[in-house]
Amino acid sequence: MTNAILTGLMLGGMYALIAMGLTLQYGVARIMNLSYGEVLIAAAFGAQGLFTGWALSPFAGLAFVIPVAFLLNLAIYRVLLSPLVRRARTRDALEVDSILATFGLAFILQGIMLSMFGGAYYSYSYLASPVHLFGETIAANRLAALAVCILLGGSLYLALTQTRGGTAIRAVAVDPAAAQLVAIDVARTAAFTFALGGALVASAGVLISTFLTFSATSGVVFTMKALIVVVMGGVGNMLGCLVAGLLLGVSEALVASLIDPGLTLAVNFALFLVVLLVKPAGLFGRASR
Amino acid sequence: MNARLATFALLTAAGLSLMAMVPYLANAYWLALGISLLQYTVLATAWGLFSGPTRYVSLATTAFFGVGAYTVAVLGEALPWPVVLAVAAMLGAALAVLVGLSTLRLSGVYFVIFTFGLAELIRQLVVWFEVNKSHVLGRYVFVPVTQALIYWQLLALAAAVFALGWLIARSRLGFALRIIGEDETVATHCGINTTIAKVTLFVISATVMTLVGAVMAPRWTYIEPSIAFNAMISFQVLIMALLGGAHRLWGPVLGAVPLTLLFELLSANFPNTFTIILGCIFLVIVYLLPRGVVGLIERRRETSVPVQRRLPA
Amino acid sequence: MTAPLPVLAVEGLTRAFGGLVAVNNLALEIGRGEILGLLGPNGSGKTTALNLMSGALRPDAGTIRLMGCDIAGLPPYRIARLGLTRTFQLVRVLDGMDCRENVMAGLVFGRPHLAAVDINARTATLLQRVGLGGQEARLACELTYIDRKRLELARALAPAPDLLLLDEWLAGLNPSELVSGIDLIRSLRDDGITIVLVEHVMRAVRALCDRCVVMSGGRKIAEGVTGSVLADKAVVEAYLGGIAADA
Repeated sequence: MTNAILTGLMLGGMYALIAMGLTLQYGVARIMNLSYGEVLIAAAFGAQGLFTGWALSPFAGLAFVIPVAFLLNLAIYRVLLSPLVRRARTRDALEVDSILATFGLAFILQGIMLSMFGGAYYSYSYLASPVHLFGETIAANRLAALAVCILLGGSLYLALTQTRGGTAIRAVAVDPAAAQLVAIDVARTAAFTFALGGALVASAGVLISTFLTFSATSGVVFTMKALIVVVMGGVGNMLGCLVAGLLLGVSEALVASLIDPGLTLAVNFALFLVVLLVKPAGLFGRASR
Repeated sequence: MNARLATFALLTAAGLSLMAMVPYLANAYWLALGISLLQYTVLATAWGLFSGPTRYVSLATTAFFGVGAYTVAVLGEALPWPVVLAVAAMLGAALAVLVGLSTLRLSGVYFVIFTFGLAELIRQLVVWFEVNKSHVLGRYVFVPVTQALIYWQLLALAAAVFALGWLIARSRLGFALRIIGEDETVATHCGINTTIAKVTLFVISATVMTLVGAVMAPRWTYIEPSIAFNAMISFQVLIMALLGGAHRLWGPVLGAVPLTLLFELLSANFPNTFTIILGCIFLVIVYLLPRGVVGLIERRRETSVPVQRRLPA
Repeated sequence: MTAPLPVLAVEGLTRAFGGLVAVNNLALEIGRGEILGLLGPNGSGKTTALNLMSGALRPDAGTIRLMGCDIAGLPPYRIARLGLTRTFQLVRVLDGMDCRENVMAGLVFGRPHLAAVDINARTATLLQRVGLGGQEARLACELTYIDRKRLELARALAPAPDLLLLDEWLAGLNPSELVSGIDLIRSLRDDGITIVLVEHVMRAVRALCDRCVVMSGGRKIAEGVTGSVLADKAVVEAYLGGIAADA
């Protein structure tokens, strides 16, 4: 039981980090990114390659993966997505367009990874020694990943709430039209935020690769979970991501250990539905007028 | 007008009877291809029936298809075939009511997310039930349904789905949906219960999809949840309907036929590049053909007859 | 008591958005055949009040009785079927449809007892009524601003409502359009339709409204016969304090 909760909290922290990137992309750049999980898996493959090829520790690999992911996502936004933003007349139209475009992107990324790595599961052994905590045994790599995850999530939260740039990003999330009126360059902020979200999910991919097995096709699951956490927490809300992510992680771990590990998605959906029916704007979302 | 309608009905009847001859004329390969074409035509048209007017992007096709197929796997030998089909249709409709009522009152994004995972959710539940309660995973389908019979049933479904679409467009429901498509707020203030209208349409579309799954099930002799709930079907159907143009009843078929042929070719010869090409088609639709092939045809027509719509004041 | 049942009786109506109480304990009554002006500076809660009455928003508290039946919190489609229709501050017509279909939208799904009427004849009459006679086949997106407003009005009139809510229907019209607009609304009242008029155009308010309710900061600050309400000191202050430019 304690073990389940600990596992759940760690998993949940990871979900929260994954979802933070998506909530930035969707809440600020208004892009519903369905290729999100594929970016995560691509980063996981990157970390694996760096580790097995150059014996580079995944945490050192972050220093390489994060800027690359940032630039690639910036390019994706500039080339593929900003034309859609410009042509969309309503938010709904942009939503449908971005869903379809990022779906296409997801398949292309997945196809590339399939042709490079095949459908097999990959993993590597890094910091796999056991650590004793609260009378339970936990792998050291999970703890290390959690620590980095907290560090990344915490510094992002501080950057968003304490800096000028962060305030601009939050302003665009609340009202792009009004943000323009106070001299915020909305298009640039959106592009930057999209890239930031991409860098965040790539770092989550690196962390996850240290303790989970992954394959070219496992991105969809992460997209799904990130979407659920974002909606549950309230779109654009960092604190909501954290709470919803932890909730999801703990409930998954509990159901897996008490009932059946095959029912994790059912748990996700049950939670998702309850939140939607009771509080459609999400746990921390504000009711719209 | 009536003369035109009569000619149309006559042509349709002639076309249908011609297509019904295929099992007598074609060998097994061509019959199998015919079955694939009909399957995706019906699925894509049913998809467009709901998503065309409402503009909700549904990824639930696999879920309903799988419910139909798995119902046959479980009940196929226990009950007469028509009863099996009826049970499958009812299960699909019930699932659609449940999903529709809980998600269609909300904005489109929630619907996409929910349907995105629906097939996987049901697959997990079925697996859990089979492993823990019924203690069988994977079932043999021994029902006396030949390939020709599958083909004819699909042909009948195709005729039914087009007839349904035609009738809906001329009904109160069809008018209500057009108003919802124009402006949902106005629709509710006109006295339209938009939730009921959308759920009704969703149920109709889902029931057809479920029936396709049930009809197709005897093609496999062995069914397990991962076969019945194959997520790829949702994506293929989505892309076919969009390529054709989902805002017209006859749009999706224009995407279903060429893409079925293309996918057939690809999965046989280039299995690895299949997903990449699927992705590229998505991008082509978004950037080049936002209203599908139908939109292209309509634009050509409008430019050749520019004054037709402008009636004198 | 033999006083006739009011068409609309609102009591204690309240709705907050987060910390902002947009409508605060509003009460008002409208008798049959009356035109009630709902006035107040921008942001005083008029449109929110209208949205609460038509069901676009759910009230946090309070009752709204339409012909004696409480409609507070009902969805808009049920309120429309009970005989309350509206127009929108930013005119909303169904652009892709022609005028006939626009009016039919209001007619077909509105009140059940109208299902049997001759739809084409009634549509023609309604278009005639608002000054769009013979324009059945014209697409809504091709109409001028005033004609779009007329079309929206015809759609709201289609189900023969007991109560019509007009949200700044006269805003943005030029002087001659304003005159014909005022005449049109007056003629609706003469036909026995009860109207709530949210309006900034004071000329129209003076010409049309029997009584007025003035809101400021979500509260009712004055109520009474139009002439005396407009002369009320609190009302003048609310307007001058709120939007001096409009005064």
